Amino acid sequence: MHPAPSVIIFTTLSGLGFGLLIFLGLGMPAVTGLNAFWFFAIGYVLAVGGLLSSTFHLGHPERAWKAFSQWRSSWLSREGICAVAALITMALYGAGLVFFDSQWAILGWLGAALSLGTVFTTSMIYAQMKTVPRWHMPWTPAKFLTLSLAGGALLAGQVTLAIVLLILAGAITLATWIIGDTAFARSGTDMETATGLGAIGRVKAFEPPHTGTNYLMREFIHVVGRKHSTKLRIIAGALAFVVPIILLLLPFSHIIAILAVISHIAGVATARWLFFAEAEHVVGLYYGKR
Amino acid sequence: MTQLPTSTQKKLGLVIDLDTCVGCHACVISCKGWNTENYGAPLSDQEPYGANPSGTFLNRVHSYEVTPLATSAKPHPAAQTIHFPKSCLHCEDAPCVTVCPTGASYKREEDGIVLVNETDCIGCGLCAWACPYGARELDQDEGVMKKCTLCVDRIYNENLPEEDREPACVRTCPAGARHFGDFADPDSNVSRLTAERGGIDLMPEQGTRPVNQYLPPRPKDELPEFDVLAPYLEPVADNPGGFIGWLDRALDKLPSKGA
Repeated sequence: MHPAPSVIIFTTLSGLGFGLLIFLGLGMPAVTGLNAFWFFAIGYVLAVGGLLSSTFHLGHPERAWKAFSQWRSSWLSREGICAVAALITMALYGAGLVFFDSQWAILGWLGAALSLGTVFTTSMIYAQMKTVPRWHMPWTPAKFLTLSLAGGALLAGQVTLAIVLLILAGAITLATWIIGDTAFARSGTDMETATGLGAIGRVKAFEPPHTGTNYLMREFIHVVGRKHSTKLRIIAGALAFVVPIILLLLPFSHIIAILAVISHIAGVATARWLFFAEAEHVVGLYYGKR
Repeated sequence: MTQLPTSTQKKLGLVIDLDTCVGCHACVISCKGWNTENYGAPLSDQEPYGANPSGTFLNRVHSYEVTPLATSAKPHPAAQTIHFPKSCLHCEDAPCVTVCPTGASYKREEDGIVLVNETDCIGCGLCAWACPYGARELDQDEGVMKKCTLCVDRIYNENLPEEDREPACVRTCPAGARHFGDFADPDSNVSRLTAERGGIDLMPEQGTRPVNQYLPPRPKDELPEFDVLAPYLEPVADNPGGFIGWLDRALDKLPSKGA
């Protein structure tokens, strides 16, 4: 799959932003006034910034509002609704903390649940894709949810919880890599089923439909990510999990906390790039490629 | 509405005969020609005369080489070239429809055709992700998703002579490799062809239940095992005469190593 920068920025930043909003909704940390304002500002910049960046890859961003209509069948539509509901609920809850010095707990829990729901609906956009076997498994939402929670705990300054969640998210990320590596072969889709010519024998692409490239090849066939997969996994794992955990185990200081956050974001962004770049779409088979 | 209809009155679709297709790409050209100037946005090209041309097509023809498995009777089976036209298969369980966030993609209840309402399409590309067949292409000029309409603006078009009321690809195919009809009617041309020739679904494991059917190539003729030209290539003269005959006999008389 083509690793579109807008989608990588969106899923990385929004995941973190909504993760922070989950913890703020649960009263962790229990901040009020100006302190609360800054925490909410960071959460909103990340969540809204990510959502806005995701509209950059649309062919017609001005019609994006129409995407709220098909929640009955479409995970993308559900994501849009969930995100807006979460942002509105958390804005009301945040206003209570910042301006009225009062914690409307039920609103906070509702906002936290909607924020968690937004991350889940985002992950289901990918997990539902039967055409991309590497994504089509329950481990995909597990990865998105634990990464969002770990990043949220890190931003919310929940040191112990952040360490536990980083270990959990790291383990699940590793699991998605290992299980994902054999997913395409296990899906049962190959050139023989794609062409229906398997009854005759082994199928090989002889001539493509055209001499140049096309939208499908640009969007779905990407081989550079797989070439450097192992190196990128080591870099992503070190930056996203190992370095932040070590930094959190050191005596607390704000500089160290900021370094841990920066390292985590860089690691998650690398892993997210790889999530797209090494995913193989079955349509590549028609071109004799993966 | 992007929920799929529980059933459709008709199941319009194509039968594509892989035995007959000669790979001429006439269907590709007629499809682009009709659909670039009729239903919806034109099918744009980028850099058509430049160094890196590309463009939107609703139908593309691939070519594959298939090597039959070796058997003891045929240790070195000959490879076959098979031309393979591919367009939207108008699936009954169309995953491209249900993922659409705006309701732009839909499957028609009356005839099962999968269409895109281009004024609702936001160009997110998710339907192209969901399609295992590569039947949808995002037009780079218009920013909306393009796909085969089964020439919905031809098949019901009473301004056209009756013989033209079929998809452009079917109308133009010089080999008769493409057939259009209603799969819901067991007596239709397409249903009978599918039954007689053992029509197959592409990627059945994806669970899309495609309407379009592909007819597998018929078994190839078996060549006789003997060499048909051999009897005509036998040496005509076993005992050469004349100068060559004398030379042959004279050389035989000389002592040689083996003798």
